[in-house]
Amino acid sequence: MLSPEEWGIVALSLKVGGVAVLATLPIAFALAWLLARHRFPGRVVLDALVHLPLVLPPVVTGWLLLIAFGPFGPVGRWLESWFGVSLMFRWTGAALAAAIMALPLMVRAMRLSIEGIDRRLEGAARTLGASPWHSFWTISLPLALPGVLAALVLGFARSIGEFGATITFVSNIPGETRTLPLAIYSALQVPGGEAMVTRLALLSVALSLGALVLSEWLVRRTHGERQRHGD
Amino acid sequence: MAIDIDVARRLGDRSIAARFTAGPGLTALFGPSGAGKTSVLNMVAGLLKPDRGHIRIGDRTLFDGATDLPPEARRVGYVFQDGRLFPHRRVRANLTYGHDIVPPAHRWMTFDEAVQFLGIAHLLDRWPHSLSGGEAQRVAIGRALLAGPEFLLMDEPLSSLDTARRGDIMAVIERIRDELKLPILYVSHDRTEVDRLATSVVAIGE
Repeated sequence: MLSPEEWGIVALSLKVGGVAVLATLPIAFALAWLLARHRFPGRVVLDALVHLPLVLPPVVTGWLLLIAFGPFGPVGRWLESWFGVSLMFRWTGAALAAAIMALPLMVRAMRLSIEGIDRRLEGAARTLGASPWHSFWTISLPLALPGVLAALVLGFARSIGEFGATITFVSNIPGETRTLPLAIYSALQVPGGEAMVTRLALLSVALSLGALVLSEWLVRRTHGERQRHGD
Repeated sequence: MAIDIDVARRLGDRSIAARFTAGPGLTALFGPSGAGKTSVLNMVAGLLKPDRGHIRIGDRTLFDGATDLPPEARRVGYVFQDGRLFPHRRVRANLTYGHDIVPPAHRWMTFDEAVQFLGIAHLLDRWPHSLSGGEAQRVAIGRALLAGPEFLLMDEPLSSLDTARRGDIMAVIERIRDELKLPILYVSHDRTEVDRLATSVVAIGE
């Protein structure tokens, strides 16, 4: 049904989206925790920075990434000279662009569920002998889990749909940075590409729906059991 | 085991101060709502830091100018007004929460003893929000006892219960006082509770 080229596009999209979301998750959780629980100077600025990719035109985000991570950019030059790594025109760059675009959604989802935790439960855990760290792992994190799962799904869906920042930052290179949306865009430019566009578009819908169904199932599995027993 | 408390703390425009010693048995902190009784318990538990003063249990200093033990090092059990059970853990896992963390030498009651003492064997596989108020309060008491406390704090543990359940839980509290000989600091604004349960009474006013 799909050509090897199309399978390659799907595999690349899954790789880019998966790596982007999993690498972002700990950072996004830390940011969500910081913003939900702590008052510190610069909090408003940090909050705004995290949300910036949500409100900026994606092309601008991609251009900013290009400036920062390009061969003469501050981060790009540093990565190049210390690690010999360049993200330019690589799938890793596509993953970075996807991660930056997914970050605000992931932080928002987790922040909401962290803010929803009854902090008195953490106090109760402390009186029972739990260190702050133990209380975090056994009380706070499990109670924030629905938000973490929601963040994973939202972030993944956003990542595999990423277009503007990706094409600006790492261009549209077959086999390297041409993810699903970029492939659809390319196929649209080719005479007679409609059949491929249709197949890829259907695949996009299937992947997004699959992510949604998976998240519903995960949330039910973690939360549903408690609810059912409560009846 | 006596507890020696002299604490003061400003909370907004209120200032809370208390100075008393509580010996064996049940010491009731008695006073009107809003007098800061719960704040005193929170300071003993380590959940609220006094501005000044000291808190000692026996020869252990929990708080003074130089010392401020974190809650987990105080060995003070706390039964909250609302039970405050962990909603994502079944009753069994709520009971074992502290029991499994504290050093084995601190435990003085086994899981089975606690379950039998409180009559909650039939509740072990239930989720907290399927429990009635009285059942939840028994589990909360069991959870606190199993963490091996040297002192028990109880913050109006009967306030969310109907009259029949109140009698049940009061009987449990009496047995903790008399059979387990665990000293209890008990907050209440209810005269009848205090008359029935208290070994001594400390009045907390405005």
